[in-house]
Amino acid sequence: MIRFLLNKREIVLQDFAADFTVLEYLRNQEGRCGTKEGCASGDCGACTVVVASPAEEGLNYRSVNSCITFLGALHGKQLITVEDLAAGNDLHPVQQAMIDHHGSQCGFCTPGFIMSMFALYKDMPPGADRNHRRRITHEYLAGNLCRCTGYRPIVEAALASTEQPRSDHFSIDENEVATKLIEISDHDSLDNVTGVEAFLIPQSLSELASTCLEKPTARLLAGGSDLALEVTQQLRSLDSIILLDQVKELRQVKRDGNRLEIGAAVSLLDCDKLLQVRYPQISQLLHRFGSTQVRNQGTIGGNIANASPIGDLPPVLIALDARLKLQRGEQTRVVLVEEFFVDYRKTILQPGEFISAILLPLPFEGQMFRVYKVSKRLDDDISAVCMAINLSFDRDSKDEIRISSARIALGGMAAIPKRASSCEAILKSAEFDASTIDQAAHALEEDFSPISDARASAGYRIQVAQNLLRRFHLEHSDNSIKTRVEHVA
Amino acid sequence: MLHSPSRIGTSMPHDSARKHVTGEAVYVDDQPEYAGQLYACVGGSRVAHGKLKSMNLEKVRQAQGVIDVITAADIPGQLDIGPVFPGDPLLVESEIEYLGQPLFAVLATSHELARRAVTLGVAEVEPLEPVLDLEQAIKQEFYVRPPHRMQRGDVDKALAGASRRFTGMLQVGGQEHFYLEGQASIAIPGEDGGVNILTSTQNPTEAQKLVAEVLGIPMNLVNAETRRMGGGFGGKETHGSPWSCIAAVFARRTGKVVSCRLSRRDDMVMTGKRHNFLNRYDVGFSEQGEITAISYLLAGQCGYSPDLSDAIVDRAMFHCDNAYYIPDVLIDGLRCKTHTVSNTAFRGFGGPQGVITMEAVIDQIAFNVTKDPLEIRKLNLYDTDKRNVTPYHQQIESYTVPAIIEQLENDSDYWRRREAVRQFNQSSPVLKKGLALTPVKFGISFTVSHLNQAGALVHVYTDGSIHLNHGGTEMGQGLMTKVAQIVAEEFQVNPSRVVVSATRTDKVPNTAPTAASSGTDINGMAALNAARTIKQRMVEFLAQQYKVEQKEIVFQNDQVSAGENMLTFEQAAKSAWLGRVSLSSTGFYKTPKIHYDRETASGRPFFYYANGAAVSEVVIDTLTGETRVLRADILHDVGNSINPAIDIGQVEGGYIQGLGWLTSEELKWDKEGRLLTDSPATYKIPAVSDAPEIFSVRLMENAPNSEPTIFRSKAVGEPPLMLAISAWCAIRDAVAAAGDYNTFPELHAPATPEQILQSVNGVRSR
Repeated sequence: MIRFLLNKREIVLQDFAADFTVLEYLRNQEGRCGTKEGCASGDCGACTVVVASPAEEGLNYRSVNSCITFLGALHGKQLITVEDLAAGNDLHPVQQAMIDHHGSQCGFCTPGFIMSMFALYKDMPPGADRNHRRRITHEYLAGNLCRCTGYRPIVEAALASTEQPRSDHFSIDENEVATKLIEISDHDSLDNVTGVEAFLIPQSLSELASTCLEKPTARLLAGGSDLALEVTQQLRSLDSIILLDQVKELRQVKRDGNRLEIGAAVSLLDCDKLLQVRYPQISQLLHRFGSTQVRNQGTIGGNIANASPIGDLPPVLIALDARLKLQRGEQTRVVLVEEFFVDYRKTILQPGEFISAILLPLPFEGQMFRVYKVSKRLDDDISAVCMAINLSFDRDSKDEIRISSARIALGGMAAIPKRASSCEAILKSAEFDASTIDQAAHALEEDFSPISDARASAGYRIQVAQNLLRRFHLEHSDNSIKTRVEHVA
Repeated sequence: MLHSPSRIGTSMPHDSARKHVTGEAVYVDDQPEYAGQLYACVGGSRVAHGKLKSMNLEKVRQAQGVIDVITAADIPGQLDIGPVFPGDPLLVESEIEYLGQPLFAVLATSHELARRAVTLGVAEVEPLEPVLDLEQAIKQEFYVRPPHRMQRGDVDKALAGASRRFTGMLQVGGQEHFYLEGQASIAIPGEDGGVNILTSTQNPTEAQKLVAEVLGIPMNLVNAETRRMGGGFGGKETHGSPWSCIAAVFARRTGKVVSCRLSRRDDMVMTGKRHNFLNRYDVGFSEQGEITAISYLLAGQCGYSPDLSDAIVDRAMFHCDNAYYIPDVLIDGLRCKTHTVSNTAFRGFGGPQGVITMEAVIDQIAFNVTKDPLEIRKLNLYDTDKRNVTPYHQQIESYTVPAIIEQLENDSDYWRRREAVRQFNQSSPVLKKGLALTPVKFGISFTVSHLNQAGALVHVYTDGSIHLNHGGTEMGQGLMTKVAQIVAEEFQVNPSRVVVSATRTDKVPNTAPTAASSGTDINGMAALNAARTIKQRMVEFLAQQYKVEQKEIVFQNDQVSAGENMLTFEQAAKSAWLGRVSLSSTGFYKTPKIHYDRETASGRPFFYYANGAAVSEVVIDTLTGETRVLRADILHDVGNSINPAIDIGQVEGGYIQGLGWLTSEELKWDKEGRLLTDSPATYKIPAVSDAPEIFSVRLMENAPNSEPTIFRSKAVGEPPLMLAISAWCAIRDAVAAAGDYNTFPELHAPATPEQILQSVNGVRSR
């Protein structure tokens, strides 16, 4: 059984297909056709809804793509759709602003935009200046495609609706809803796995471990932004799913000496917040990782476990010498991230085994770390090349500065995220100058023979990887040189 | 006396805006499900070219939820649904001509089950060598339609005598429409063997006609209805109809309501795109950069069938002069055939592929004579008295481009920014900036003359409410809002009195597609004529009733005065009804003055031209090819705007859509002819951060159309797309900077990061 709120109405479902999506549920079962299907792959945002869950205070409102969200994942949450925003005849401020700014033309993407704008309305930091607000607005809207307007009026509408101190009919009921959500999610947790036969919702790490052993073929559902594509794009059926969302241990972050232990189900959004100060470079990458909808759902563990050659976090984690904590039953083991990937979408995970945490070393003095993502489009695009470079330095006997260690990893360049070992070998113990960098860049050709595909040709990938190494050198040797198109006015 | 607020020129919100933001606006797939409703899905070919020997569909029939399966043999009427020329079988009968071409269709109890079932079909195919490449088609003279030529003067002689001359080639990419709402149709079986079609189409009349032909029934048994589309952009002009036909066949076979909507991937694979072109030019010009002659060879990739390609390649030819006078000119246009999906209408309809080629030529002339491209542009503009004849012998009578450029040059601070860009580039080794101003002159009218007609139907009810229907369809462009404003203006009533209804072929018959930017021009005029007829009847009646002169009947402020008598509009309507006056009328309009003779390639294909210009400033990264548009300034001529907010929306949206076409939107096929970029994960239309941070769009003021169009407005749907060519030219300018302006960069479209990096490599290696 799962329980959730559809706006204010409690829904109890005894039986449903494990791979039934929220979008299908809304349109076919509830007749709520305001939420649209544009692509059924989480790339266009027309199906955006908001999912609210209890926070320290009140509720968190998170936009998600309903086309790639499985219904069972709503357990203990509030689902808000475009039909819920107006209070009777009174439009929500984001709706009114959209009309006032002529932000809709064909109107098909509009409900999705409205829901992203609603999430933004709830999250916009009070008192932020216009530039800051504009940047956040872009982040919240980057996962919504509009083919008619050219975006300007939509951005204006979003900015206008978030200008004033904000209160809406959701704020009034917020605490009541939060209490109700805590109540309904706990209701069935009698130390037992809840859900339905095909959709299991373990409540703790030990429950998860035993469920995984019992059902080694069941699929683990973290954010599901990749898993759901097997259903909506490859037309497969998923008979059995284990939801990770309720396993609190998987969402914890601990400091363990010089490293952070990040629970595998920590969302990418929370990773961004967590690493903003320690690793601003990762934070910046995460702002271009999928879209807000995807980051709200996607998890750090999911981005590793799906073993895609184009996941953006694995190169970062490999370059930073991160490790994974794996668990099978009661046994745990720790492995290097780079050892985790075996072949295209193949990992060392044994049946019944899962990633419980990521062990990320903290930055240290003298470390030079950068991560670069190159794609056709700035927003919500998959990397043609993602490159993470981590160098550290010491002084040799003649007191010259030399590279003491080099860890470089790339995504999009091979069947798995991979280190550039020949390139690293040239950098190690060498001077950090243009000629070393040139040699190291050439060595990348030994390390990788990428493929040509819809995103880029092999030749482009190699040249870009080489040039990113040069960009790294420029950025650390002459900071008067501008190297990022996104930072130019 | 009170004055009515003007309804024309008012930025009323879109008539569906409130429904858009609340989710109440109903699209085809949002219709409530009928009892027993069934779902159709189409099974496509897995090879690009071959003879279809047989199909094994047993597993499909046995799949879960499957009710019915059809092949070409099951089509009761005509199989070919080619819109202008034959060549488009609804389902393949013998020869497969592209990978993905529909071979059979499945009907099941749900959309998902139908999709799963089609994957089980097996076709036995004798493979044939496909032609997949445009250059190969050009070489083999493999065409869907014969070439067409336009010429004026003696180009060979003029080229030979030119003091400077170059030849060149430009590849211009295609474009996927990516309307957010995919193709969708519902067929509801009716009495007498008829069917009612709810469909997302720009062309309900064609849906009606093709469904009738496919079913083998007369058109009067078929009604096609379109309330709104979630975007069209030309992609639902002819490519919306096949799905109506499939749904209709199943609906007649089963007696059930049938929905046929395409998944995004099927939509991207099975429906046509903007034509990619390979254009060659031989250009003669003076030492000052004044063009003396151009010989063009424009080759459009049409895909496997003619569809609309004749008119599309024609329009590329009509626009490869863009805004400039070419004294001696020859234009050959090829309609090349390949074994790929049939390319179709897309905003601009071939025009953009012509315009960009001319702008590329201008840039190269400027480079050649070492002048700023803007000077060369201004030097070569058409004039209205002397240098005023187009390659198709239409005279330029009224020309706003020079004034637009002059104003934009000042407003955008072009020359100061040109200097700033140069300075930036001197001190920035990695990032380079580029700047360009390009104009657009776009011919308005369907070049197929008979399409320039429209009908409307207006009813005034006894409570004073007004019902409006016309042949145009709403795809987001605000057509319904504008036409409602026009009718409200005629009756001098509040536009809220006018209810816009779905476009239906049983209300207004024999309509043209909503295309060629013509929607408001022709339907607005037809609706105005209908409203005028009713108004005149009311005037005549009220004059008689109140025994006053007709000129004393005045409609104003939702009221009608008859001499000293004041009536509300409701009272006037009711009183006319009591007097047995018909308050319903049709209206009709045909565009005057236009004609074109294909034999001589001359005439006046266009009623008038819509014009504009844009300045774009870009930055590129010479290490990665990444790019961004930093600022765009646009000045566009819409004549007297009927609704400035809607017009600005068209201009902004057109620019960004054009920017996508020329930068991030790249279509790729593999060697077997399979579309690789078949989803939004790999095909990237612009997203929010692609819109320039400084985006200034203005409409030209006090510029009524010199032709008597509806309230002297100008069409606005397509022309702004071509404003984005300024961004592409600016990218080339930035690449040139990477080579210290020593080499004219080779750059094709789209200028993806990869294309840009390759272009940078080119200028740096020399």
